[in-house]
Amino acid sequence: MGACSSEIQPTAGPQTQMKKIEAIIKPFKLEEVKDALGAIGIEGMTVSEVKGFGRQKGHTEIYRGSEYTVDFLPKIKLEIVIGDEHLETAVAAIVKAAKTGKIGDGKVFVSSIEEAIRIRTEEKGQAAV
Amino acid sequence: MKRTFLYAGISLALNLFPLAVLAQDATNAPAASTNAPAAADAAPKRADPTLEQRVMDLEAYVNNGARVADGTNNVSSKLGSYDDKANSFTPNPGPGANSWQMTSAALVLFMTLPGLALFYGGLVRRKNVLSVMAQCFFITGMVTILWWVCGYSLVFHNGGKFLGGLGFSFLKGVDSSPNGDYSYWVSQNVFSMYQLMFAIITPALIIGAIAERMKFSAICLFMVLWMFVVYFPQAHMIWGIDGFMNGVWNPAAKIRAIDFAGGTVVHMTSGWSALILCIILGKRIGFGKEPMQPHSMVLCMVGTGMLWVGWYGFNAGSAVAADVIAANAFTTTTLATAVASFVWPMMEWMVRGKPSVLGFCSGAVAGLVVITPACGFVNPTGGVIIGIAAGIVPWFFCYKVKGWFGYDDALDTFGVHAIGGTMGALLTGILVDPNVNANLQLSTSDPKNPATVNGLADIAAHHMLWLEQVKAIGLTLVLAIVGTTIIAFVVKAVLGGLRPTEEVEVAGLDLAEHGEEGYHTAGGL
Repeated sequence: MGACSSEIQPTAGPQTQMKKIEAIIKPFKLEEVKDALGAIGIEGMTVSEVKGFGRQKGHTEIYRGSEYTVDFLPKIKLEIVIGDEHLETAVAAIVKAAKTGKIGDGKVFVSSIEEAIRIRTEEKGQAAV
Repeated sequence: MKRTFLYAGISLALNLFPLAVLAQDATNAPAASTNAPAAADAAPKRADPTLEQRVMDLEAYVNNGARVADGTNNVSSKLGSYDDKANSFTPNPGPGANSWQMTSAALVLFMTLPGLALFYGGLVRRKNVLSVMAQCFFITGMVTILWWVCGYSLVFHNGGKFLGGLGFSFLKGVDSSPNGDYSYWVSQNVFSMYQLMFAIITPALIIGAIAERMKFSAICLFMVLWMFVVYFPQAHMIWGIDGFMNGVWNPAAKIRAIDFAGGTVVHMTSGWSALILCIILGKRIGFGKEPMQPHSMVLCMVGTGMLWVGWYGFNAGSAVAADVIAANAFTTTTLATAVASFVWPMMEWMVRGKPSVLGFCSGAVAGLVVITPACGFVNPTGGVIIGIAAGIVPWFFCYKVKGWFGYDDALDTFGVHAIGGTMGALLTGILVDPNVNANLQLSTSDPKNPATVNGLADIAAHHMLWLEQVKAIGLTLVLAIVGTTIIAFVVKAVLGGLRPTEEVEVAGLDLAEHGEEGYHTAGGL
């Protein structure tokens, strides 16, 4: 985590807040987003396969005359926790890399993180992310 | 060190054992030869077969005919053994015929385990995949026990027009020598095991219609009763040597129907019974509202391939010989199946824009079903015609008719097996070609074959066989529909219902009835 301080910081306070970014993106954009974040020094993330929809329509499957409308589309959910100071660049990188301009590109959500702990060293706060 | 001594000791013992056995034989041999002269005095005087008779018997083996020296005359035979005290002859099987029959039996078992288990297993929802497999396996064991106790006898022993006698109960007398009623060259025990595989897969087909919402205990009881009420009588009537509808082999048959590998016995019985049962059972919770897609088309397709390959044992094996009839059945089966697997998805492509893998699979199975009664009785052109019909009519039933009536035939057992089997039985009567099966031809000299005696050969030659087939179809329908209705209500009364609780059905049968889940993700979730 090159962009973070190496000193053990106290728990999140008013100046050094941590933020969580959840990004729902199209699955084929994952590599691009991962590389874009890497380019600005953000290397750690959690990824899960999810299904969902917003305004994008689903598809129809037909099995021997039985028709099923499937609303849910496969997406990738990306979660990263970073220091406050990196928030704007990270969000911009994700949006730029994940955008295709078509319906179904996804969404980015930002929330505050109260605490973060690195399990191996038991560091807390900024040092943990 | 101790271990070395142990291994050395064991090896020594193993090497000395055969020598000990040989020593036994050596000491026994003189005793046998001292007994021989006394036995020879009591043995009936039989002439050695002439060279010509021996050659004729070998020709009979190749041509799948009756032996000349068959133990009924005073001519000895090298193709069997004699019990001199009882003055009886036990014919030997022919190795080629037995090989194909044993292989065929294994192929038909392969159709159920794992063919049908995968085909149906892939089509149900994930939470019910194991229930399908448990049902297939249960039926395999249960039917085998019934078959051994009395099933084989009720089907293949002579006894009556509608059901056989109990002479073969516990497979008494069913040994490795051929039963001339069914084959001169296949061991009767092999023939019995082969037919067992048919008895197994027929009730297993019914599972498709009632999948995902019938409790295991009800399925078990239903299947036991169904074998006695529907399968054993139907199989005896069509295939038993004195069966009411055995046109090919029973000179006294009243309905001169023909059914090579089980269009009526297997597909019509299971398919129409499936329809009745799924209507009595009712629809799955959420049917028509919730998505119920196949959880794995991959498993379904794998199962389909296994069904096709195994079906060669089902169809060509029904010749009970590796002869010209089997060769023709092999050919017509291939053509019908491949053509149907082509036509069904083409119908989909035209009507709804995309050919589906389920369409390829369903087409193949439909082709196999429709050619089943016809394979040994039609020529290759007939096979192709059947393939085209199989890709269109069952497709139409699954695609449109099911929707019109609204019954929940979960995996289309009715649409494919009932409709396919019925159509196949009818098409057999229309497309029959006596040139490919000498058993249908008019005998011009004695001994007259059964088809000549009961009129089948004449009917076929005059293109009126379809009418006999219609009669057989009618009787089969009545037996299956009435039988299943009665059994379903009996089981319902005895077990207090056919369905699991709503909670079990929604959670899935696998966990509640078998204590297992088909799949776990990493971490045991």
